[in-house]
Amino acid sequence: MLILTCPYCGVSAEETELHAGGEAHLTRHATGASDDDLQSYLFYRKNPKGVHFERWRHSNGCGKWFHAARCTMTLEVFGTYSAQTTQPPADLIKKIKQKRPDWEGWT
Amino acid sequence: MSARIQNMGRFLNKNAPVTFTFNGQSLGGYRGDTLASALLANDRMLLGRSFKYHRPRGLVASGAEEPNALVNMGQGAGFEPNQRSTTTELFDGLTATSQNHWPSLNFDVGVVNNYAARFLPAGFYYKTFMFPRVAWKHLFEPVVRHSAGLGKPPKERDADRYEHFYFFTDVLVVGGGIAGLQAALAAASSGAKVLLIEQTAHWGGRAPVDGAEIGGKPAEDWVAETLVTLQGMENVTIRNRTMGAGVYDHGYALGYERITDHAPDTDAPRHRLWRIRAKQIITATGAIERSLSFAGNDIPGVMLASAVRDYLVNWGVAVGQRTVVVTNNDDAYRTAIALKQAGLEVPAIIDARPLVDGNLPNQARALGIEVREGRAIAKVKGGKRVTGVDICLQDGDGGAREEIKCDCVAMSGGWSPVVHLWSHCGGKLNWVEDQAHFAPDPNRPPTGADGQGFVLTAGIASGAMDTPEVLKDAHAAGKSAAKAAGYTPKRAGPPKARPTDEALMAPVWIMPAKATPDLKAKMWLDFQNDVKVSDVQLAAREGYESVEHTKRYTTLGMATDQGKLSNINGLAVLSDALGQPIPQTGTTTFRPPYTPISMGAIAGEARGDIFQPLRRTPMHDWHVEQGAYMEPVGQWRRPYCYPRGGETHAQAVAREVNNTRNNIGLLDASTLGKIIVKGPDAGRFLDMLYTNMMSSLKPGRCRYGLMCNENGFLMDDGVVARIDGDTFLCHTTSGGAEHIHAWMEEWLQTEWWDWKVYVANVTEQFAQVAVVGPNARKLLEKLGGMDVSKEALTFMGWADGTIGGFDARVCRISFSGELSYEIAVPASQGRAFWDALHAAGAEFGAMAYGTEALHIMRAEKGFIMIGDETDGTVIPQDLGLHWAISKKKEDFLGKRAQQRSHMTDPNRWKLVGLETLDGSVLPDGAYALAEGENANGQRNMQGRVTSTYHSPTLERGIALGLVLHGPDRMGEVIEFGLIDGTTVPAKIVDPVFYDKEGEKQNV
Ligand SMILES: [Zn+2]
Repeated sequence: MLILTCPYCGVSAEETELHAGGEAHLTRHATGASDDDLQSYLFYRKNPKGVHFERWRHSNGCGKWFHAARCTMTLEVFGTYSAQTTQPPADLIKKIKQKRPDWEGWT
Repeated sequence: MSARIQNMGRFLNKNAPVTFTFNGQSLGGYRGDTLASALLANDRMLLGRSFKYHRPRGLVASGAEEPNALVNMGQGAGFEPNQRSTTTELFDGLTATSQNHWPSLNFDVGVVNNYAARFLPAGFYYKTFMFPRVAWKHLFEPVVRHSAGLGKPPKERDADRYEHFYFFTDVLVVGGGIAGLQAALAAASSGAKVLLIEQTAHWGGRAPVDGAEIGGKPAEDWVAETLVTLQGMENVTIRNRTMGAGVYDHGYALGYERITDHAPDTDAPRHRLWRIRAKQIITATGAIERSLSFAGNDIPGVMLASAVRDYLVNWGVAVGQRTVVVTNNDDAYRTAIALKQAGLEVPAIIDARPLVDGNLPNQARALGIEVREGRAIAKVKGGKRVTGVDICLQDGDGGAREEIKCDCVAMSGGWSPVVHLWSHCGGKLNWVEDQAHFAPDPNRPPTGADGQGFVLTAGIASGAMDTPEVLKDAHAAGKSAAKAAGYTPKRAGPPKARPTDEALMAPVWIMPAKATPDLKAKMWLDFQNDVKVSDVQLAAREGYESVEHTKRYTTLGMATDQGKLSNINGLAVLSDALGQPIPQTGTTTFRPPYTPISMGAIAGEARGDIFQPLRRTPMHDWHVEQGAYMEPVGQWRRPYCYPRGGETHAQAVAREVNNTRNNIGLLDASTLGKIIVKGPDAGRFLDMLYTNMMSSLKPGRCRYGLMCNENGFLMDDGVVARIDGDTFLCHTTSGGAEHIHAWMEEWLQTEWWDWKVYVANVTEQFAQVAVVGPNARKLLEKLGGMDVSKEALTFMGWADGTIGGFDARVCRISFSGELSYEIAVPASQGRAFWDALHAAGAEFGAMAYGTEALHIMRAEKGFIMIGDETDGTVIPQDLGLHWAISKKKEDFLGKRAQQRSHMTDPNRWKLVGLETLDGSVLPDGAYALAEGENANGQRNMQGRVTSTYHSPTLERGIALGLVLHGPDRMGEVIEFGLIDGTTVPAKIVDPVFYDKEGEKQNV
């Protein structure tokens, strides 16, 4: 029962208000994509024990999709941010690096 | 024998006698008794049989950790199995029966398993599953099925009600012993909002039983005063009979309140599930005493020393008249002293430690109790009740025995903090060598959203063993929690308490230390699941090194008590067998709930009519008034058919189909999904969502479209109407509106966020009626208004206007093959419009039809249905829908995936029609047989039935199915397998059974 703050409406939402959408920042591979790229787009997902970037939808709230950066081990939430970006904001990455010096970084 | 003692029993109200029934016999007790204490007071020691060997079992404990004494409670609609008698408060009229025995508790046939024990070792189930199937089927299964299992499942609907309750607090304190009370006080005096919950009916925990003194007063007085103080604070909420069931992510916790279990006549919900959000949680959950592993430790009359003390002090029950105490620590001496002071016999205290010279042992000696140092119990004697013990040297193999007669054995293997709640959400443990237990590591707590710990422990739950330490620890926990929740704690310190100096305990995992194998085979670890020392050692020998594997192989700790007694002893034995220290073996995972909670509490009010929302169309009440047979479609209820007179459903459906084909049918199509897609990029967006081209659709026209997911599989279909240059109306399947709307939002918000498109789900804004059949136009023309002629409103066209005075949007589309108008009116006018159609349509034979007629008519036309012809593995190409897949578009969702080799494989099963040779109806889902067998020895298949009906139009069975190379095999007869093993031949035919040229819809 996580609590995540929706960056659009500002509500601290219980997990029951949210819909999980899996790994964030996937690249859509479609027309002309190689089999390998298609496979990775459709099926390969990160499953880190640690820092992870996820998609969530405030489905029983404002209806907006957003992104969350959190630790799958400690449940620490580093931040939530717009879904309309292809990579996490630089200041968020910096904040996570400060908290987790051993983190390999966002790739 | 067990009996009540006069003038004892601090929980009893002797002025309130209570009558209850156990196994049909009427017995007496008092208000304040538990079922367990009342049974003991009536000398009922034998309370059940063990799970596997059906050995006689009595009480072991006095609280939530009790493994044996589970009973069936109540009768009929109030029946509930597996209720723990130690946590069941007695009330007048209570009925209980013992379980897991046949034919009676005293004479149980399953006990043969006991004599066959050497054939039922650890891993019995694993091993037998590997035997040939025939042995399992004819030999093991009948025996196991008859003898395994605890209570019986209830047969009637639960008559009680249950509820959920949401609670938000700064600090949640779990446990109402002295630690919980002090922690709550320390937290609350800062002004923080505090919720304090206690699983039993009583406050103060063990301290009053153990004779603690706090602030110069007996603990009982301090508890009463503190409770009054807390009750007087506005920021404090207190609930007894409420267990902390689980701790979850980010400060979420579940409380399980048993409101009327002790007073069933109260007009209130039986259980209440507290859904708690706390900034900080303090677990003041105390500790559980461990059993000792000696031969015969499961014989009724062998009990935890603390439980013997509880029954005496709290409930005024002497478990035995002559009690031998066996221990490895000083605390058990309190039991011996209490028994002696109550005038009961304690012939000896058997202490495994070689030298005993502490305060408590010397008090016992001063009372004339013999203390036998360095001794062990070699064996308990007795069958359904202890009759004596053989004692021997602890540091030996069980030889040179000496018998002591007794009718009760009070055992203590030391204490383990209750770490469950701490561990549920990731709190880590340390092994504490001198107490031989795992205790929470305060440096590795469960962490919350801010990365900081949100659970603290207080008192014995932290590993603090003595009263002053307990209070100090609890006070500190309360202050820390308040501070972490944003409050400033007061400077006051904890109350002073009298210390008791106890000597160190000595870890004793097997008694005696060098016990022979025959003794180990009688040493129980898990009483309920019948797991013995020898089983764990066997598992280790067979290579089970991980504690999680050993648990599953032996079933240690997997019973309804979840190993509260057996856990540490079991993993100590495993560690010893593996030759490694206990912390290296580690513990199994602690999972919520702490003790079982009722299914009713989990469901709360979500049952019956309010299990889930019911969606009604504007015409819903009409359907009900007509006596329609309703079927669930998502959260909607739709009329399946409208039986008239004595019609069967099949007769009603046939009438509705024939009437629609010959006269006119009216269908409530309001559930059909309606989504508006609007904006300059709307066409571009729909070109990505649908497999065919939507941007080229002209305003005023409709087009059927298919939607696939990115794997290429067909997920929804429907007709799209272009309203104007920027606006489209997308119809979805009835069950699909919400998820297709969400699907559109997802792509617009997360992939194409720069496209100028809005989507809105307007499904419930409109009522929709399909007016279908050769007389459809006559009816609309009679009602008057807009021009619905063939020329003005052509097939696959739509127009706005009025019909009979109603504002209407009319689409000329057909899912039945007949002349058909789908007419949407504002939802508020839906019922009036529906009534008007019926009134004006009577002369043309207008009649409502239901979903089954709809399905049959579409199948007669070979139209696919999402969920019938598709199952998440079917692509449009399988269904012969190539015409609806654009070749011009560079991209659409699923296009690239449909180019994968498996998707273009010519051997994919393809849609065909199927006709049995005798006109019978093929069973739904039947498979078409092929030659040969697959690698698993199963018959090869070459197709399956996806839709199958009796066609009233053709007066025969018709079916759609997917068949290997089907479209190339027209006229071929293939065999479909039936459940009884026979087959039925069916001919492969064109999927369009009726009006192949489509003339009827185009008139
Ligand atoms: Zn929101």
